[in-house]
Amino acid sequence: MGAPLLEVRDLRVTFATPRGPVRAVDSLAFTVETGRTLGIVGESGSGKSVTSLAVMGLHRGAEVGGSIALAGQELTGLSEKELSRLRGRKMAMIFQDPLSSLHPYYTVGEQIAEHFRVHFKAGRAAARKRAVDMLGEVGIPEPARRAGEYPHQFSGGMRQRAMIAMALACEPDLLIADEPTTALDVTVQAQILELIARLQQERGLGVVMITHDLGVVARVAHEVLVMYGGRAAEQACVDELFADPAHPYTRGLLDSLPRLDDADDEPLRAIPGSPPSLLTPGPGCAFAPRCGLAAAGTPDQRGRCATERPELRPRGAGPRAAACHFAGAGAPASAPTAPSTATAPEATR
Amino acid sequence: MTVEARRPDTAARAEGAGTAPAPSGPLLSVRDLTMTFPGRRSASGRRGAPVRAVDGVSFDLAAGETLGLVGESGCGKSTTGRMLVRLLEPTSGSITFDGRDITRLSQRGLRPHRRHLQMVFQDPHSSLNPRQTVARIISDPLLVQGWSASDARRRAAELMDLVGLIPEHIDRYPHEFSGGQAQRIGIARSLATSPRLIVADEPVSALDVSVQAQIVNLMERLRRELDLAYVFIAHDLSVVKRVSDRVAVMYLGRIVEIGEKRALYESPQHPYTRALLSAVPLPDPAAERRRERIVLLGDPPSPAAPPPGCTFHPRCPKAQDVCRTDRPLLRIAASREVACHFPGD
Repeated sequence: MGAPLLEVRDLRVTFATPRGPVRAVDSLAFTVETGRTLGIVGESGSGKSVTSLAVMGLHRGAEVGGSIALAGQELTGLSEKELSRLRGRKMAMIFQDPLSSLHPYYTVGEQIAEHFRVHFKAGRAAARKRAVDMLGEVGIPEPARRAGEYPHQFSGGMRQRAMIAMALACEPDLLIADEPTTALDVTVQAQILELIARLQQERGLGVVMITHDLGVVARVAHEVLVMYGGRAAEQACVDELFADPAHPYTRGLLDSLPRLDDADDEPLRAIPGSPPSLLTPGPGCAFAPRCGLAAAGTPDQRGRCATERPELRPRGAGPRAAACHFAGAGAPASAPTAPSTATAPEATR
Repeated sequence: MTVEARRPDTAARAEGAGTAPAPSGPLLSVRDLTMTFPGRRSASGRRGAPVRAVDGVSFDLAAGETLGLVGESGCGKSTTGRMLVRLLEPTSGSITFDGRDITRLSQRGLRPHRRHLQMVFQDPHSSLNPRQTVARIISDPLLVQGWSASDARRRAAELMDLVGLIPEHIDRYPHEFSGGQAQRIGIARSLATSPRLIVADEPVSALDVSVQAQIVNLMERLRRELDLAYVFIAHDLSVVKRVSDRVAVMYLGRIVEIGEKRALYESPQHPYTRALLSAVPLPDPAAERRRERIVLLGDPPSPAAPPPGCTFHPRCPKAQDVCRTDRPLLRIAASREVACHFPGD
């Protein structure tokens, strides 16, 4: 068996800020195999987008440590020139806002063609044909005509399709999708997710799907990485994660979601507080101040959560791991998520 | 939190009963509400066709009830909400609040009603003045209603406590609060004048997932304790299902289905409602694999050039000839109202 398509080990991303260095991602490790989808879930400040930019080598100004290997080739330490050869050809990225990667002054067709020409040294006519073919492949009607239009003439869903066409024009092996459907309506989101799944099957793409939406993860991911405060909170196969979340944060997130298949007769089990600031990380577990498991523990246990950072420990066979001192270790799995449930379940204090 | 603070307006409302007879009908009654925006001016100076953002919307809302307004971008749900609190002047139609037609009242004439009719916005930070303290933000509507500064400040502290903020933080500025806390400030401000109806426009969609549930729970508790009615506008169908008694689904400026929540979610009658519900990803991988999805073709059309007949027909899997020519009106079907020629399965 060869090297995995993408293997990230001990990834650290640090930004220099006026208030000192901020470690946005720390000790992160994951792999993505060909034809598989890794879902990375997290809230604002969890480090999920920083991670994807680091993999793409687009982390302007940040210091990146650890190892990022694409099909066995180490990416950290590569020059910008070497990276830009890999971007597009071996790995490509799509974003929440397609307009941020589509140039307003050039037609959609020109942009896809240019991309193709640079990487494949193809002639203009061949590149132009490639652009039209790609637009057709991502489900844009009348691709020959639409190729001559500008990004502003495309609807939100069509722009996202165009961006996918551009990302896949040079047949990369890895596609990183950063909240690709967050700005879209739910019916259009369903179309785009279906499109990505079809292209993945046809081309054997490895996909990293970054999202805050657990529903999207449940729909598309094979493996899941849950991030909190710049670190991995939990890693698991998608079925395990949803059926039996090990980390109190994962469990809390799932419990707090309003669901279409829910009776709505009890208050939602909200997680108190807010996601942590990366500017002032504490020594302990980043989730401890909001954690029901920590709050239900003995003073000794609470002290440990507050002062000692939990390592990501494997649980059983497979890729399963959780970074919690007490997950599944004697404490009741269904510990309350909110310590103040009795008085005011949604209180921030 | 005192009873007095909760309803200091009961007496005032009884006094006002002389001018507006105490109604036994709905708290809010909306009839044929329409909003037409002038077409955008092009570079040559010619105006495009006018855009009918909201087209004949009608519904009633009882005191203490929550109506969810759902739909995709451009369906007119936010425009409707803004008309309800008179932030936008409707082109035609009527809004009756507490038995009184407020559609054409001047801002001055509206003032006595304004206190009963408040709004909560999507982005908590951008809807709070960054240069004002929380005390000022929350008490502003009270000062407009003629409260003394010290009474208003006391009330602001009570409201902070009510919404789960620490009253000692009353002299802080919005940037010192997290997104969820800022939304609590927005809610406290909307409650200051003891309203009976709050129009909430996407009140949780800008918040982190783990914080959304806090605000949803807060709004549900406030509704129970203060007997509030909400018009809850959101694109997230799970959140709307959670908070609503009844739900109205909008498409291209019109209500296509409206009815009791459970019935609407369990057996949607309009093909658009069905497609919308089937598109929502469930946080359950096994259920996701089992599910049959109706994937609609294309995007919602532009309200500037709505299709003839039923505006949903170009995307509708069941469209027939009549759908391309005749606009379906809301009709009773399966104990709710549906605007479809072929409702049901």
